[in-house]
Amino acid sequence: MEGLTLSDAEQKYYSDLFSYCDIESTKKVVVNGRVLELFRAAQLPNDVVLQIMELCGATRLGYFGRSQFYIALKLVAVAQSGFPLRVESINTVKDLPLPRFVASKNEQESRHAASYSSDSENQGSYSGVIPPPPGRGQVKKGSVTHDTVQPRTSADAQEPASPVVSPQQSPPTSPHTWRKHSRHPSGGNSERPLAGSGPFWSPFGEAQSGSAGGDAVWSGHSPPPPQENWVSFADTPPTSTLLTMHPASVQDQTTVRTVASATTAIEIRRQSSSYDDPWKITDEQRQYYVNQFKTIQPDLNGFIPGSAAKEFFTKSKLPILELSHIWELSDFDKDGALTLDEFCAAFHLVVARKNGYDLPEKLPESLMPKLIDLEDSADVGDQPGEVGYSGSPAEAPPSKSPSMPSLNQTWPELNQSSEDTAIVHPVPIRMTPSKIHMQEMELKRTGSDHTNPTSPLLVKPSDLSEENKINSSVKFASGNTVADGYSSSDSFTSDPEQIGSNVTRQRSHSGTSPDTAAPPPPPPRPQPSHSRSSSLDMNRTFAVTTGQQQTGVVAHPPAVPPRPQPSQAPGPTVHRPVDADGLMTHTSTSPQQIPEQPNFADFSQFEVFAASNVNEEQDDEAEKHPEVLPVEKASDPASSLRVAKTDSKTEEKTAATAPANVSKGTTPLAPPPKPVRRRLKSEDELRPEVDEHTQKTGVLAAVLASQPSIPRSVGKDKKAIQASIRRNKETNTVLARLNSELQQQLKDVLEERISLEVQLEQLRPFSHL
Amino acid sequence: MAVCVAVIAKENYPLYIRSTPTENELKFHYMVHTSLDVVDEKISAMGKALVDQRELYLGLLYPTEDYKVYGYVTNSKVKFVMVVDSSNTALRDNEIRSMFRKLHNSYTDVMCNPFYNPGDRIQSRAFDNMVTSMMIQVC
Repeated sequence: MEGLTLSDAEQKYYSDLFSYCDIESTKKVVVNGRVLELFRAAQLPNDVVLQIMELCGATRLGYFGRSQFYIALKLVAVAQSGFPLRVESINTVKDLPLPRFVASKNEQESRHAASYSSDSENQGSYSGVIPPPPGRGQVKKGSVTHDTVQPRTSADAQEPASPVVSPQQSPPTSPHTWRKHSRHPSGGNSERPLAGSGPFWSPFGEAQSGSAGGDAVWSGHSPPPPQENWVSFADTPPTSTLLTMHPASVQDQTTVRTVASATTAIEIRRQSSSYDDPWKITDEQRQYYVNQFKTIQPDLNGFIPGSAAKEFFTKSKLPILELSHIWELSDFDKDGALTLDEFCAAFHLVVARKNGYDLPEKLPESLMPKLIDLEDSADVGDQPGEVGYSGSPAEAPPSKSPSMPSLNQTWPELNQSSEDTAIVHPVPIRMTPSKIHMQEMELKRTGSDHTNPTSPLLVKPSDLSEENKINSSVKFASGNTVADGYSSSDSFTSDPEQIGSNVTRQRSHSGTSPDTAAPPPPPPRPQPSHSRSSSLDMNRTFAVTTGQQQTGVVAHPPAVPPRPQPSQAPGPTVHRPVDADGLMTHTSTSPQQIPEQPNFADFSQFEVFAASNVNEEQDDEAEKHPEVLPVEKASDPASSLRVAKTDSKTEEKTAATAPANVSKGTTPLAPPPKPVRRRLKSEDELRPEVDEHTQKTGVLAAVLASQPSIPRSVGKDKKAIQASIRRNKETNTVLARLNSELQQQLKDVLEERISLEVQLEQLRPFSHL
Repeated sequence: MAVCVAVIAKENYPLYIRSTPTENELKFHYMVHTSLDVVDEKISAMGKALVDQRELYLGLLYPTEDYKVYGYVTNSKVKFVMVVDSSNTALRDNEIRSMFRKLHNSYTDVMCNPFYNPGDRIQSRAFDNMVTSMMIQVC
C-alpha cells in the first residue's frame, strides 16, 4: 500500500488498537474478528467498511497485517470525517482526527448506564476534549472513562476525535472465521462473547500506555456482568440482538443516544438478522462454509470423509482434543463423515473456539442439522430454548447417492449380511440419510434459507420420499436388511425425528437396533413374500403422500426382517427363544412362515390407520398392547425372537406402535402388527416362557403405552417427533434386552431338551427289553 | 452399581479405566488386570464359534466377596470389563448386557472420530458422560 504517514498520536493510537485486535499476540496479524468489530464500532456503513477493507489490502491478503490495519484505521478516520474514501486520501487529508470507535464499552457503559442522562450533558463539553486513548489525557482517564462512554455512544453524532473506544470495544460478538468476512453482522453473538472476551479486556486495559487511571477502570471492568454487557451492547451496532433481549434497558440507554446511533444500530440489526442465538451462522459465514465444503467435496449433498475433515480442521491449529470434541458435537449422526450441515456446524465451532469461545457441551440447536419439518425451518432461529432434539438419525453411508441404484446396490450387501448371522457388533447405522440429502439438495436448489436447511424440504416431498426410501434402505443395509418399503418408511420416521435428539442416546439406540437386527437380516422377507412387495408399494405410496411425516415406520423394518430370515432360522434357531417343542417345527416352518407374513404385512390396515389421528392410533395400539400381551404371553411383543416370523411380527408391531406413536399423522405402518398378533396367538401356545415374558411384555406395554401420549401439535411436531424417536429408541433397547434374555432362555430350554432326549434314548433300550 | 469400568485394548493395555472415587482405585485396577486372564481364557475357549452378540458378552468372569466382574469383548478384541458391587441386588444379566452394549456403542462413536487415534487413551467427553451415567444409574 502507499506509504502511510501517521502523526505521533495516530501512531500510538493505531498501535494500541492493533494490540487490542492482536489477541493472538502475533504482532503481525490481527484477528479479523476483532478488526471487524472495531470497524463496526466505527459506526460506518457496511459498504464503507468493505471499501476500507479493500483499500487497505486486507481483502487481498486475507488478513490484517500491521500496515493494513493502520491504513484501515486511517481510512476509518477519513470516512468518519466525511471525506470520500480514496487510497490517497490517507495521506492527503490533513489533520485527520483519530478514528472514532463507538465500541460498546460494556463495562463502563453499563456502569454509567444510570448516569447516562446526566452524562449526556457532558458529551458536548467533552467532545472537543476527547483525548486519544493511548497516551494522552491520562489524568482525565479516571474521570473521562465515565464520560467517554457517552461520547462514544453518541460518537457518530459527535465531532471526531472521540476517545479511542477500541479497547473498550465490545468483545467479539460473533465467531468470526479465520478468513475475513466482509461483514460480521453477528452482533447476536454478544452473549457468548461477553464471557469469552471478558479476559481480553483486562489485558487490553493494561496495554493502554500511560492510561493508568483508565487501566484501573478498565481492568476493573474485566468481568462485566453479562447483562450489563448486553445493555451496553444495545448501544453499539453489533448489539442489534441485544436490543431485542433487553429492550427496556436498551431503550433507556438509547434514549440517551443520538438518533444517529440508533439508526446505525437499526441498520446493523437488519443486517444481523435473527441473532437471538450466539451460535447462529450468518449468511455470509454459511456461504463461506459452503465454499470451503466445496473445496473438499464438490457435491454439496455428499459427505466429507473423516480423514479429509481431520486434515482440514487440523489446519486451524486447535488442539486435537478440542477438535475431537468439536467433531463429537458436529457429527450428528455419528457416521464418521460430515454432511454440509455438519461441516458448517463444525466450522462454526472451530471459528468460535478460535475467537475464544468455549465449546459447548452439547451442540447448540442452531447448529444442529435440520432434517425435519420444513414448517419448523422458519422457527429454527427462534427456538433457542427447545430442548435437544432427539437423535441423530443415522445417515446413509457416504457412498450412497440418493437414487434408486443405490438401493439396488445395497441389497446385495444386505443379503450377504443377512446370511451372516454372526453380525452382532453394533454397526453404525445412519438413521436419517435422506433428510440430510434432501435438505442439502433443496438448499442448493433454492439457496434460500441458510439457517433452515429444512425449509427446502417442503418443496419437493416426492423427491424426498424417493430419497428417503433409498436412504433408508441403505441405512438398514448395515444391520437391517429390510424391505424397500420398510427401509424407506424407516428413513421417514427417523428423518423427521433427528433433530435435537440426544446424540449419544441415538447412538446407543442405533447400536441396539443393530444388535437385535443384525443376526436376522431383513432381505429374505421381501423376496419370499409377495405381500411384502405389495406392502412395499404401499410403503412407497405412503412415503410419497406423507412426505417426511412418515416417521411411523422407524423401527419396523429392523425389527421384523431378522425373524423371517430363513437362512437364519435354522442356524440361529438355537439362539432363538423358541419353545422346545416348537423349535423344530418352527425352524422347519420358518420359511413357510415367511409367506405367511402377508398378514403381517397387511398394509391395508396402514391406510386405515393413516386416516386416523396419530393419537388415536397410539391409543389403539396402546390398548391393543394390553390385549395382545395377555394373549401372547410368551410372545414378547418387544423382542421375542420366537420364530423368525413371529418375532418379526411382534417386533414390527411394537416398532410400528412406537413409531406410530411418534409420527403425527404419518402413515401408520404399525397396524399390521395387530392382525399379526392374532396369528401369533396360536404360536403363543407353544411358548412356555410365560412369566418372564409377561413381565417383560408388561414392561413393554408400559413403555409403549407411555408413548401415545405425544400430543400432536403442528408447532411442536419436531419436538414430539424427536421425543418419540427417543422413546422408540428406548423401546428398542428394552426390546433388545428382552430379546437377549429370551435367547438365553431358549438356549437353556434347548439344553434341557437335549438332556431329556438323551435320557429318553437311554431308557428306550430298556423299554424294548 | 458399576464401580469400575475399563476399556482394554487388544494388546491388553488400558484405553480407559475409571472407578468410582470412593473406593481404592488401585484395587480396581488390579482386579481389572487379573480379569484379563479370565477374558483371554474365555476367548480361547470360544474357538471358532460364530461371533454373535451373545458371545461378545462374556458374562460373569469371576466373583469376589464384594464384587463381581463382568467381561465383554468386541470383534476387534477390545475388551470391556465392568466391576459391579455385589451388595447391589443382583443386576440382571440383560442389564449388564445393555450396559456393555452402551459401552460398545460409545466406543464405536469414539472410534468414528477422525481425531481419535486408535490406541490413544479415550478422552471423549461423550464417552465420559456415558460412563458416568452408567456408574451412577446402576447404583
